[in-house]
Amino acid sequence: MNSAAFFFIAVLTLSAAVAAACLRQLVHAALSFAVALVGVAAFYFLLGAEFVGLVQVFVYVGAVAVLIVFTILLTRHGTDENRGFNWSGVVIALAVLAALLWAIMRTPALYVAAQPGVTVTVRQIGEALMSDYVWPLQCVGLLLTAALIGALVLVLEEKR
Amino acid sequence: MAFRCARGNAIPVLLKKSGLAFLHRNVSGFLDQIFVLGKQWLLSFLAGAPDWVGQIASSLLNISALLAVFLTLFALMSLFERKILARIQNRYGPNRVGPFGLLQPVADGIKMLIKEDIVPARADKVVHFLAPILIAAAAILALGIIPYGRNMTPFTIDGGILFFFAVGSTNEVGVFMAGWGSNNKFSMLGAMRAIAQMVSYELPLIITVLPVVMVTGSLTPDAIVAAQGGYSLGILPHWFVFTPWGAVAFILFFVSGLVESNRTPFDVPEGESEIVAGHMTEYSGFKYAIFFLAEYFGMFAVSGLAVTLFLGGWHAPFSVLQFVPSYLWFFLKLGVLLFVFIWIRGTLPRIRVDQMMSFAWKFMLPMAFTCVIAAAIWHYQGRRLSGSLWSLGWIVLVYLTLSRVLGVGKKFAPRTYRFAE
Repeated sequence: MNSAAFFFIAVLTLSAAVAAACLRQLVHAALSFAVALVGVAAFYFLLGAEFVGLVQVFVYVGAVAVLIVFTILLTRHGTDENRGFNWSGVVIALAVLAALLWAIMRTPALYVAAQPGVTVTVRQIGEALMSDYVWPLQCVGLLLTAALIGALVLVLEEKR
Repeated sequence: MAFRCARGNAIPVLLKKSGLAFLHRNVSGFLDQIFVLGKQWLLSFLAGAPDWVGQIASSLLNISALLAVFLTLFALMSLFERKILARIQNRYGPNRVGPFGLLQPVADGIKMLIKEDIVPARADKVVHFLAPILIAAAAILALGIIPYGRNMTPFTIDGGILFFFAVGSTNEVGVFMAGWGSNNKFSMLGAMRAIAQMVSYELPLIITVLPVVMVTGSLTPDAIVAAQGGYSLGILPHWFVFTPWGAVAFILFFVSGLVESNRTPFDVPEGESEIVAGHMTEYSGFKYAIFFLAEYFGMFAVSGLAVTLFLGGWHAPFSVLQFVPSYLWFFLKLGVLLFVFIWIRGTLPRIRVDQMMSFAWKFMLPMAFTCVIAAAIWHYQGRRLSGSLWSLGWIVLVYLTLSRVLGVGKKFAPRTYRFAE
């Protein structure tokens, strides 16, 4: 049953991703991107990583997708004009893909075989985050706070 | 536990062990587990089938039970809401269909079904169609993790509380789809307002859950309910609402829940005097009914989670009342919270958007963090009376400071306008 689920989710995720890249209407693209994100979350569930899957839905679908959609709405100028094929987009996409591939190849954890029957509980993740990884966690928190304050400053200046 | 599907020879043995023998020994225990045993009896017909058939049948049974119960509750609630509102406003309310108007929901349902389904010509057909489905699905899924009684949790997930909020956050995408797909300015405005208030109040909603999670050390609703079992002095229950941090967190959670389910006085997104019906403006017939249903299901889900987190879930309020089946206690508490929802709707006027936002960020959020710290104080003082007093002192201190800083005292200043001069 797992392989059937894998196949189904893979087809759904990939077609949503392709739709996100190809659809003409930007909001449609953003919505199918959200579907692709849900598909990735389904993969996490399939692999037994419940916490990561839930956070994926929570952060990416609940926050990032809504943010993208709002960005499109607030910055939209002339949706119908045909700008031709976007070569700079291709270059950027290839560069991102190359960087990601490089990072994936360099990661040693990929070659570690998963231990069957071991499920990581939320408690273990929390303990790891609060002990071994407390500095990275705090750094991320600081970065996000700085981003939040920066966004507020930008908005406030507009109003003055 | 018993909701997990037991198979093979286990079922007849289990029935003999718990069901029939139980019936003779302990009638109230049998009544408490009657639905669980009934489900196992139904599943025992599939004893010879492969594992996955049993799993799917078990899930389907859970889902059908969930839908049956909550659709009935939805029908009853829509009637009782109108009746209670009418009582508050000194009217009769619906009293034409059936005795005391009890068949009114049936009439409403038939009316909604046979109404014409109008889709605006310039609307985005696909998005317009998918939005109510997504919203209703999110609302129904959120109901799944709540323990309705002893051994009666439809889906047992390790991070159940997180699942609730993850599913709830997809609601925002649905509201956006409804607003944008309708291609209508009122719809879009309503969707923008709805998303802004949902995002703002999601923070206090989630942060007020944190103290409970900290104290119980678990994200599983069943474990949280189990942690609230037991009675002091043989009578008083150990519900979290009876601790200082729990009481404050419960009130904050309830207010945030009121906002998340778009109820008065926070029904700004569908303020009918300002923007027709917000993101639901262009929906008619059964699609509108589905929005209505999703709103009520969201209300049930938030109230159910409040019962689970703060009001002891399915535990009885006094130890002498434990013979009453656990699910009855759950639904009684749920009913009380739903009544408060209606009561607030009948009492308070709608508040302004900017007031609502500053209330969220300047008052609710700091108070939610205060609860987290108060729970930590309570825990490290040994969870006794001294801990309660210290955490109460801390909450009062922050509350007084906040009210001084926010200048609640000076209410009657000349009104200043930023945009509408």
